[in-house]
Amino acid sequence: MKKSLWLKVLALSMVLCFGIAGSAFAEKLVIKGSTTVLPVAQKAAEDYMKMHPDVIISISGGGSGKGIKALVDGFTDIANASRFIKKKEINHAMKNNIFPVAHRVAIDAIVPVVHPTNRIKNLTLPQLKSIYQAKIRNWKELGGDDRKIVIISRDTGSGTYEVWHKKVMKKERISPRAQLLASNGAVVQAVKGNKHAIGYVGIGYLGRGLKALDVNGVTASVTTALNGTYPVARPLFMFTNGWPKGVVSDFINFMVGPKGQKIVKEEGFVPLYELGR
Amino acid sequence: MEKAKKRHIREYLIEKWFLFLATISIIILGLIVVFLFKEGLPIFKTVSVGEFLFGQLWYPTDEPADFGILSIIVGSLVVTGISSMIAVPLGVLSAIYISEIAGPGVKEILKPVVELLAALPSVVIGFFGMVVMAPFFQKVFNIPTGLNIVNASLMLAMMAVPTISSLTEDAIHAVRRELREASLALGATQWETISRVIVPASLSGICTAIILGMSRAIGETMVVLMVAGGAATIPESIFDSVRPMPASIAAEMAETPFRSDHYHALFAIGIVLFITTFLFNLIADYISQKYKQVGTATL
Repeated sequence: MKKSLWLKVLALSMVLCFGIAGSAFAEKLVIKGSTTVLPVAQKAAEDYMKMHPDVIISISGGGSGKGIKALVDGFTDIANASRFIKKKEINHAMKNNIFPVAHRVAIDAIVPVVHPTNRIKNLTLPQLKSIYQAKIRNWKELGGDDRKIVIISRDTGSGTYEVWHKKVMKKERISPRAQLLASNGAVVQAVKGNKHAIGYVGIGYLGRGLKALDVNGVTASVTTALNGTYPVARPLFMFTNGWPKGVVSDFINFMVGPKGQKIVKEEGFVPLYELGR
Repeated sequence: MEKAKKRHIREYLIEKWFLFLATISIIILGLIVVFLFKEGLPIFKTVSVGEFLFGQLWYPTDEPADFGILSIIVGSLVVTGISSMIAVPLGVLSAIYISEIAGPGVKEILKPVVELLAALPSVVIGFFGMVVMAPFFQKVFNIPTGLNIVNASLMLAMMAVPTISSLTEDAIHAVRRELREASLALGATQWETISRVIVPASLSGICTAIILGMSRAIGETMVVLMVAGGAATIPESIFDSVRPMPASIAAEMAETPFRSDHYHALFAIGIVLFITTFLFNLIADYISQKYKQVGTATL
């Protein structure tokens, strides 16, 4: 009985040793950060590892802030971010002798959504702003049915909120009555099940029992986001320490190249350029 | 002689080893508290304690930012209060039923089922509240949103009931048999025995159970994050959305820049939460010490 236990321990330690020895030959790449960029980075990493079996990519989410913090502290090679780096973070990085370089990898368009039974089709930016300031409180004021408006927003720390705050609210405050939900998925759930609700999600989350609204008469799409006519769009970034070299550089090139951009499109974001067929 | 000395040393070493193991958890707790305060206190360079605790506006990412958490504290208290109003009678009464009244067959089924409720992951309960209960509330009460205080309290109560119930059961179980037998022998009915003997004798245990159940509810994160709605405002009705403390921390921490004011403010909310649950535990401890049933004469 005891002997077999020892054998097991021995076998396990041998496996571990070989495992460590085996992985010593492989190059490692660590990616952390924004949950918005996560699905794209995940798929890209899988495809990249298939093409380069000698590279091991470990990838995790946690949010833009966490990713940049990890880059600043030297814990990651690439930091995904759904926003640009902030001044405080740059100062922090400089102190640690880290020089963050931004690489734009995709564009995300943020779309206001309502319940499918809502009759409203289009809202202007000022109208959206008044709704989120709780100055307009009933859909009937906008030509819809007589229903109270339930405002659904994202948490104030999220990259999606930041874009909405800047592009729609013009940096003015969202009413404290707004429900703040923790993810795109949660907003989809909440709006889908609520005839009163208005929310906003990334363009990749459309079509799941939601009605997307036009903004200033422009429908959100790849074309309108790319040519800049759709007003609520933002770039998504990968940050590296200094101009990338070696595997990091190769991966970033893969990301912005046609193969990476195809993944961007498949995951519901807007690619950086029109993709040939 | 030599042998005895060796044994003595061995005894000594074993004793110290056990002491070390026992203190590990205290050391870890201590380190966490130190870290919590170290990361939380710097916010009070930016805002005063009064502004932080009693300010009603929570706009942590604006320039200039507002760090008032009164509405967040109220959110936590309201949700915890209502959930206790549901969970305490349910938990205590079901424990009394299971341990005193139910026959062995019913007991065999009820006890594991109540305990199984504790095994449900909080995210599952949260999902249930979000996808099933929220639309249900909206339809039945014709209210604009189902993600509200009532829904969150109900889900939290579901989580607190097993805690309260099983701890209460333990307390009742600890009542000495001769008390029960004496009461029945004196001609008291079963109801009289329960209400005048069993419950008073286990009162300290029951209070501890209630308070631990409440501190479970106030610290619970996932459920309130998913179901409470997350509006940082002081509620006007029980069908309004609120944003309890754990939900704020969990939702915002991931995206906040490291060591920014917002980051420190979230840790400061953590301090408030820690002090609250710590007080709850202190009270529980105090009650269980003070009202401990020592003899049988005081009943």
